[in-house]
Amino acid sequence: MKKALSMACLSAALLLPLTGCGNSSSGGNGEVIVYNWGEYLDPETLELFEEETGIKVIYDEFETNEIMYPKVETGATEYDVICPSDYMIQKLIENDLLAELNFDNIPNAKANIGSQYWDQSKEFDPENKYSVPYCWGTVGILYNKTMVDGSIDSWEVLWDEKYADSILMQDSVRDAFMVSLKLNGHSMNSTDADELEAAKNSLIEQKPLVQAYVVDQVRDKMIGNEAAIGVIYSGEAIYTQRENPDLEYVIPKEGTNVWIDSWVITRNAPNKENAEKFIDFMCRPEIALKNFEYITYSTPNDAARALIEEEDIRNSSIAFPDLSQYSGLETFRYLGEDADQMYNNLWKEVKSQ
Amino acid sequence: MKNNKITGRLLSAPYLLWETVFILIPLGMVFYFGLTDRTGAFTLENVLAMMSAEHAKALWLSIGLSLASTLICFLLAYPLSMILAHMNVNQHSFIVLIFILPMWMNFLLRTLAWQTLLEKNGVINHILEFLHMPSLNIINTPAAIILGMVYNFLPFMVLPVYNSLVKIDPNVVNAARDLGANELQTFIKITFPLTLPGVISGITMVFVPALTTFVISKLLGGSKILLIGNVIEEEFTQAGNWHLGSGLSIVLMIFIIFNMVISAIFDKNGEGNML
Repeated sequence: MKKALSMACLSAALLLPLTGCGNSSSGGNGEVIVYNWGEYLDPETLELFEEETGIKVIYDEFETNEIMYPKVETGATEYDVICPSDYMIQKLIENDLLAELNFDNIPNAKANIGSQYWDQSKEFDPENKYSVPYCWGTVGILYNKTMVDGSIDSWEVLWDEKYADSILMQDSVRDAFMVSLKLNGHSMNSTDADELEAAKNSLIEQKPLVQAYVVDQVRDKMIGNEAAIGVIYSGEAIYTQRENPDLEYVIPKEGTNVWIDSWVITRNAPNKENAEKFIDFMCRPEIALKNFEYITYSTPNDAARALIEEEDIRNSSIAFPDLSQYSGLETFRYLGEDADQMYNNLWKEVKSQ
Repeated sequence: MKNNKITGRLLSAPYLLWETVFILIPLGMVFYFGLTDRTGAFTLENVLAMMSAEHAKALWLSIGLSLASTLICFLLAYPLSMILAHMNVNQHSFIVLIFILPMWMNFLLRTLAWQTLLEKNGVINHILEFLHMPSLNIINTPAAIILGMVYNFLPFMVLPVYNSLVKIDPNVVNAARDLGANELQTFIKITFPLTLPGVISGITMVFVPALTTFVISKLLGGSKILLIGNVIEEEFTQAGNWHLGSGLSIVLMIFIIFNMVISAIFDKNGEGNML
């Protein structure tokens, strides 16, 4: 609304001076402007980077890929490094908004990040030219063992009337449709009108059972025993289990979303070299480990994983599942503006029921 | 004379700049986005989209909930303002302070607090359980949203009503009593009509923010209840369709302007401007 737009103007106005002095360099070795998810790295690593390189880090956070995209597209703020998810990287590549990386300047990336993650990245970055994996994970069901009968292994439980008013769904279009498309046995990248219609009907059918549609609040509500079952990102599962040992995370048998968030550099990045130094720094095993311990999202950095001291975390089936054991795993793809529009309209129909 | 005019203009420059940067330009952008499509061509589609089933439903629901909360605010605020107006200065300034005090705290924080209070395992239900009373299950329902609206916007009703009540000349009321009107007649014929401007501005100040809110419905409605504010917010943040979001905002602005006009007609003395 008006408020949102003026907020956007305000933040643009506040950041303009920052980009203005990009070339004149304020620190010893210039600066780098980083745009990352909220609470998605250990702030101490930024200090370490600044200390070591003399490059000043200007750090900004976003809440969803969709909020990030228009800011990068309009170029109102000239970010150097961003950390979008798979399908959004594809959209950025297709719209020619990313710069090819010079991997000679990022030796730690190829050295430390496991080959399987590079292969997986080819889904959205076919030649591995634009992105360096930072975090990955699955989406699954978090349930409270004391409130649920038996063990859970299927998305169907989210449609079980026994758990009416104890179910938490994700409040975002693609994640919600992923669940119901998978339940109906379709691809989560479907653009087929009939399949999407069926998925929408499933979501409408489910709505009376849902306690609330939430994003980050799943974590707190599950820890506080507010709900029995919730759809959650695997990275949050380890944290919630630490806080409430009754919680259990499971990847449903119908399959789910395997996602990757990767570092990319914008095409018009004012400080490309510094940006590459930043990505390289983030790929160092001890730095990646520090970040993993802080945010508990799975790291694709094999060298960092080897450094994890607690064995049950290093071999955790939540943080590092053996994906070959599951079927129906997919990664989100960018489906084009028309399909996006279709998803949004259907989602609105679900929400307005 | 001429010099005065120039100084006047110079002094108003910062305000003009403020208005241009933070009101006129954003408003212009809303109209630009609202009346164009992705290619930049002129279209009324985004404005007319309000008539689609989902949007119309969200709009009517918003109007319904804001009317309900405005009515509740009025019913709570009027007697309270009368009590306040009859107290002596020391007593009422304390009570007014109690009403204004929460407003010094962030609105989001207070709404989040209500979420924690109303939750299934929340504070209120723990107390009810302790007293062996039935639990209260209104979180994530329209009732919780109305509660949130009433809680947040009640001071905006109390203050203008109270303000217009204390302005009434006691002699007018005494004259009515003198001429044989009883309490009720005095209230209906004298007191209430004299406070009407305050009531109207109170209604505006509660109805407009209630109509446009998206935070209260998100936090206390569990995102299950889609108000028009939520539709517009999601067009900007999730769907990335600024054109549709702006188009719907324009329609909403018409409602707000309509409300403001009514309030301006009744409230010529600016009694609602106390805040």
